[in-house]
Amino acid sequence: MISLEEKRKEALRKWELLENNNIPIIYLGTATCGRAAGAMNVLDTVRKTLKENKLKAKIIQVGCIGPCYLEPLLDVKLPGHPRISYASVNPEKAKLIIESCLIEENPLPNLAAGYFGKNGQESTNGIPKFFDLPMLKPQVRLVLRNCGFIDPENIDHYLANSGYDGLINAFKMGPEKVIAEVKEAGLRGRGGAGFPTYKKWEICRNSPGSVKYMICNVSEGDPGAFMNRSLIESDPHCVLEGLLIASYAIGANHGYVYINADYHLAIARLKKAAGRMKECGLLGKNILNSGFDFDVTIKEGAGAFVCGEETAQIGAIEGKRGMPRSRPPFPAVSGLHDKPTIINNVETLGTIPNILRNGAAWYRQFGVQGNYGTKTFSLVGSVRRGGLIEVSLGIKMRQIIFDIGGGTWKPFKGVQTGGPSGGCLSEEFLDIPVEYEAMTAAGSIMGSGGLIVMDEDTCVVDLALYFLNFTQKESCGKCVPCRVGTWQMVNILERIVKGRSEPEDLSKLQILAETVQRASLCGLGQTAPNPVLTTLRYFRSEYLAHVKEKYCQSAVCKELVVYEIDSDKCNGCQLCVNVCPTDAIKGAKAELHSIDLYRCIKCKACYEVCRYDPLAGNAIVIRSKRNVA
Amino acid sequence: MKEKAYINIFSKFKGIEGDLIPILLNIQEKFGYISLEAIKYTSRFLKISENQIFGVATFYPKFRFTEPGKKSIKVCMGTACHVRGGQFLSETVGWKLGISIGQVTADKRFDFQRATCLGCCTLGPVVQINEDIHSRMIVTRLKEILEEHD
Repeated sequence: MISLEEKRKEALRKWELLENNNIPIIYLGTATCGRAAGAMNVLDTVRKTLKENKLKAKIIQVGCIGPCYLEPLLDVKLPGHPRISYASVNPEKAKLIIESCLIEENPLPNLAAGYFGKNGQESTNGIPKFFDLPMLKPQVRLVLRNCGFIDPENIDHYLANSGYDGLINAFKMGPEKVIAEVKEAGLRGRGGAGFPTYKKWEICRNSPGSVKYMICNVSEGDPGAFMNRSLIESDPHCVLEGLLIASYAIGANHGYVYINADYHLAIARLKKAAGRMKECGLLGKNILNSGFDFDVTIKEGAGAFVCGEETAQIGAIEGKRGMPRSRPPFPAVSGLHDKPTIINNVETLGTIPNILRNGAAWYRQFGVQGNYGTKTFSLVGSVRRGGLIEVSLGIKMRQIIFDIGGGTWKPFKGVQTGGPSGGCLSEEFLDIPVEYEAMTAAGSIMGSGGLIVMDEDTCVVDLALYFLNFTQKESCGKCVPCRVGTWQMVNILERIVKGRSEPEDLSKLQILAETVQRASLCGLGQTAPNPVLTTLRYFRSEYLAHVKEKYCQSAVCKELVVYEIDSDKCNGCQLCVNVCPTDAIKGAKAELHSIDLYRCIKCKACYEVCRYDPLAGNAIVIRSKRNVA
Repeated sequence: MKEKAYINIFSKFKGIEGDLIPILLNIQEKFGYISLEAIKYTSRFLKISENQIFGVATFYPKFRFTEPGKKSIKVCMGTACHVRGGQFLSETVGWKLGISIGQVTADKRFDFQRATCLGCCTLGPVVQINEDIHSRMIVTRLKEILEEHD
């Protein structure tokens, strides 16, 4: 077996060759988001084009660089030129780019999104720097530093970018000093609760017994959050390095990565990465002559949102129903197989190598007092520039949504943070800093990092019902407040969106929500009412409109809207007549159409045709009417 | 014949209680669902009662106990997709094929499931048919795609 040092020298040499390439290199982002946007078709076209033209080039599949709205991203690096990135590439565009760049050496500045300049390589033809794009400029990339730049399946790329330096430093320092360093850095759990990471580790390290376990929590169940998936797909080694360091610090010799079985690509890449680590002597007995033994198991889970909770996750790993149990004893004292166990979030572990490599003082320069470092968010919803972002803590919400995200298409209404456990914040909260305490004070939580932006087309009552439906389905059923309470809340909310509610329903809902919050056993139940409580607090007028006037401002709640045809705009094109599944629309060619409201199932098909088809007149409107009693 | 397949799956595991969920996942990947027979074999292998296996398996939304249809349709129900009108898509599948979530068409051709999040939220709302992800879907387009598959 060759030593890590030799391996790194070799890796650096190879990386140098990539930097000063003599044949063109083509980078393609093929993480889940890229694949969904059609990156694999682009890859086939690139291969075919190269073959047809007998061109020589190296293709590297990289992870996600962040701006998912630009996917699929195709980058070309010609010898002696910087790497130029092209956005929203389809097979035809890919063919054009490859032929133009590689044959004519014309980088097509009109199509280019940006370039990555290193070693003083300057811009060509007025193409902007990629990291100067408005979405990327305010970001600070620590955890995501390698994402989109290295081949996630190639350990050499990670080694060449100071990979496993943190681990080597940790071995030099010894476990106590590693914990002290993490304490000094002020790192807090990135899973959402913000518990100081060092404290957990200390408790576990001081717990008696020689067998301890370390678990990496990739049970990312929040709908609308994909940070952890993207990180593992783009840079699996940084998470595994963090896992190794954490295990060394607490004295665990066995680690688990608990990952949702639906994350096929992430699982494949983790397994591959663990295999490479074994080859390099980074897993197994006496790692790097430190006397530390460690092995990791990739444990596939079968879904269930509640399995993100520590004690439930331990149950799932043991092969039981994933139901939380009451604490104490905390898992750090008695967890998996009744042994001391630490469960850390993916992002927490992904941050550890950075801290150990560069030191706590370096890490503290990011963020604000008490909330040091960075946090990744998945910025989605009705926002112009959505994607995976990383920002310093303490940044204003307004900066995230308007500077990075580019704002909304229609007037901004609110932002939902923290998934089903979080809350909806209205416009006046845009200027609060994004940090654990401030978010909790506003009634929401930091959460694992889902940010769903809402504009005027989103009905908050409908959104609250959506989240509650989710938590109600995911409730494990162990404790009554959560099992029955969420069910009753869903019933009330359903009455409200269907326009069958009584005025006292709102106060009933409030009391019920507060009870569930206080009386539930685990985090799922305690936070499940958050979406309801925050929307009741900040968007009360919308609830009142639903209850009193049976009016939905955003025209979302199906039972409160009607489909109408604007007689001034209708040009009688008959497109809607053809598309209607229930024959509810009648009208002869070139004559005014009409909708039979008794037949209409409100499927939205006619609305789309009328709005998007160039021949149609955009005459169909979905409208809710105020019903003043 | 079938027994061989099970033995093949079991050979990868040690036979401790913690292997239960991975074994069930393997079985589902191989056969598409967890049959009564599969539970019987697993029970014998792990020496856990069938009851207990059912208890664990029904807890997790990933497991299914009925035979899947040939073409699987998954409508994403993530928050981002919901905000952009995802529920209209699941309703479209409903009125187009006459089935609701979790059901299979009578001719076993289509299988309709909901997905919690497919991980491509910026492309929402999305629908997955077999392995293809259709992004930025609208009702009329989904209707056309379903007709193409018919």
